[in-house]
Amino acid sequence: MLCDSCKERDSVVTLTRSNADGVVTEEHLCERCALERGIETHITQPKQPLADFIGALHKQLPASPHDSGRCGFCSGTLRDFRSTGRLGCSYCYTTFEATLRDWLRRIHGTSKHVGKRYQPPVPLVEEGATVLAELRDRLRRAVEQEQFEEAARLRDQIKVLE
Amino acid sequence: MTLDLSLLPDGGVSWLDASGDHAGIVLSTRIRLARNLEGFAFPGRARDGERLRVLSRVREAVGTAPSLEHHVLVRVDDLPSEDRLLLHERHLVSRELAGLDPQHPVRSGAAVFLGAGTGVMVNEEDHLRLQALRSGFALSEAYAALERIDEELGATIPFAYHQEFGFLTSCPTNTGTGMRASVMIHLPGLNATKEISKTLAGLQQMGLTYRGLYGEGSEVVGNFFQISNQTTLGRSEDEIIDQLMYVLRTVISREEDARRVLLRDAGYIIEDKLWRAYGTLRYARSLTFDEAMSYLSGVRLAVGLKLITGLSVYTLNKLLIFSQSAHLAQAEGRALTDSEANLVRARYVRQLLAEEAGTNG
Ligand SMILES: [Zn+2]
Ligand SMILES: [Zn+2]
Repeated sequence: MLCDSCKERDSVVTLTRSNADGVVTEEHLCERCALERGIETHITQPKQPLADFIGALHKQLPASPHDSGRCGFCSGTLRDFRSTGRLGCSYCYTTFEATLRDWLRRIHGTSKHVGKRYQPPVPLVEEGATVLAELRDRLRRAVEQEQFEEAARLRDQIKVLE
Repeated sequence: MTLDLSLLPDGGVSWLDASGDHAGIVLSTRIRLARNLEGFAFPGRARDGERLRVLSRVREAVGTAPSLEHHVLVRVDDLPSEDRLLLHERHLVSRELAGLDPQHPVRSGAAVFLGAGTGVMVNEEDHLRLQALRSGFALSEAYAALERIDEELGATIPFAYHQEFGFLTSCPTNTGTGMRASVMIHLPGLNATKEISKTLAGLQQMGLTYRGLYGEGSEVVGNFFQISNQTTLGRSEDEIIDQLMYVLRTVISREEDARRVLLRDAGYIIEDKLWRAYGTLRYARSLTFDEAMSYLSGVRLAVGLKLITGLSVYTLNKLLIFSQSAHLAQAEGRALTDSEANLVRARYVRQLLAEEAGTNG
């Protein structure tokens, strides 16, 4: 019997396999073709795993009126997110909540966390102070660098927290 | 500062010992949880001082966490690039934390706390990446270890958490549980019988994904796949683990079937090919890493099929890690060019196999 693959040489082995429905098919192969299909080290896999695909999805985030906003804590924008796929800080999630909720639904199928619930330890006065100190530090730098728009924004943010 | 990995409680490689369940097919189980500290910008956006403050807060918290008691702090940002690569080759830190890519050079404050089978990366993509690594197929065990660390740290440092979205992460693909559970599995049988693409496509339909040996974006070499959950919202940690366990059991039994089919239908061809792989590793004078991986894949299969006996899975696992460039350079005590590394690699592989070769036919 001739090899089913090259149809040139005599077949020496029969590969049997069954598909998902249990249908069994046989393939007769010559030694060379069988070797080619033997212990292959290069994978015939879909070239782009889902992970890479999802990793690039942020580029598709549709433009929205919210794009003009800035996170009050890290001053990140949705435009930054669209180009890097990363958010600047945890407050970005509340700043861009509506847009991110849509986006989470699109990639995870839902925006609802059903895993472990978490209650942060009761913040010490010190810790609220850390955030404030951080903002004041940013404000000082903004003034030094004459970024007055940014400075005004930070001043508002500090007022809210105080 | 240079790195002495022997200072780690287990050299960071106890997961190589092949003691776990299904250790011939499943090399290791890894779970990581992404967490961030409330009140600090994420590491990618934070300034140097902010990241250093994150590190010192974490350091304090680690000091009070019983489950992290014997962990050693390694300041990744103080290490030369060879040592950072070494940590990465040992699967102890991610590529990003090691600063190996030009678009992500090493960050100030980049550090890792390393213990026996668990670790905490600081200032990676997220402030914290808690991870557990186990030999073989051990998802529940790995998660139990992580859960303790998570609870102990979370009771001291406030994590960024949102009532609806769950744990907040730098990249929203991790938001929710922040969990990525993955299993490193060797699937030469499914590849040889051409069943692999079907299997991989099936995984994707179940919301799982796969990567190569080194995670994100890495290529599959030597038939080693890392299979993991893709989504982190809408399912609890236990559900994620249960599903992965269920799917992995199916994949393992399909792989076992494929191996039987191979042996039955292509017996001597397979046997010849696998012994040739072994012969090459035993006697080659120069081996690239990819070549070594391919032949190791064949030898691992031969051991699984009991064609080759007297060679332990532990040795095969060791070859996987210690034949990488940074490990070879460390063993030689100097930097190696690619072609030098190929010579050293072949010599190392020959030695290790010769030590075990006594009983081989
Ligand atoms: Zn043929
Ligand atoms: Zn922000």
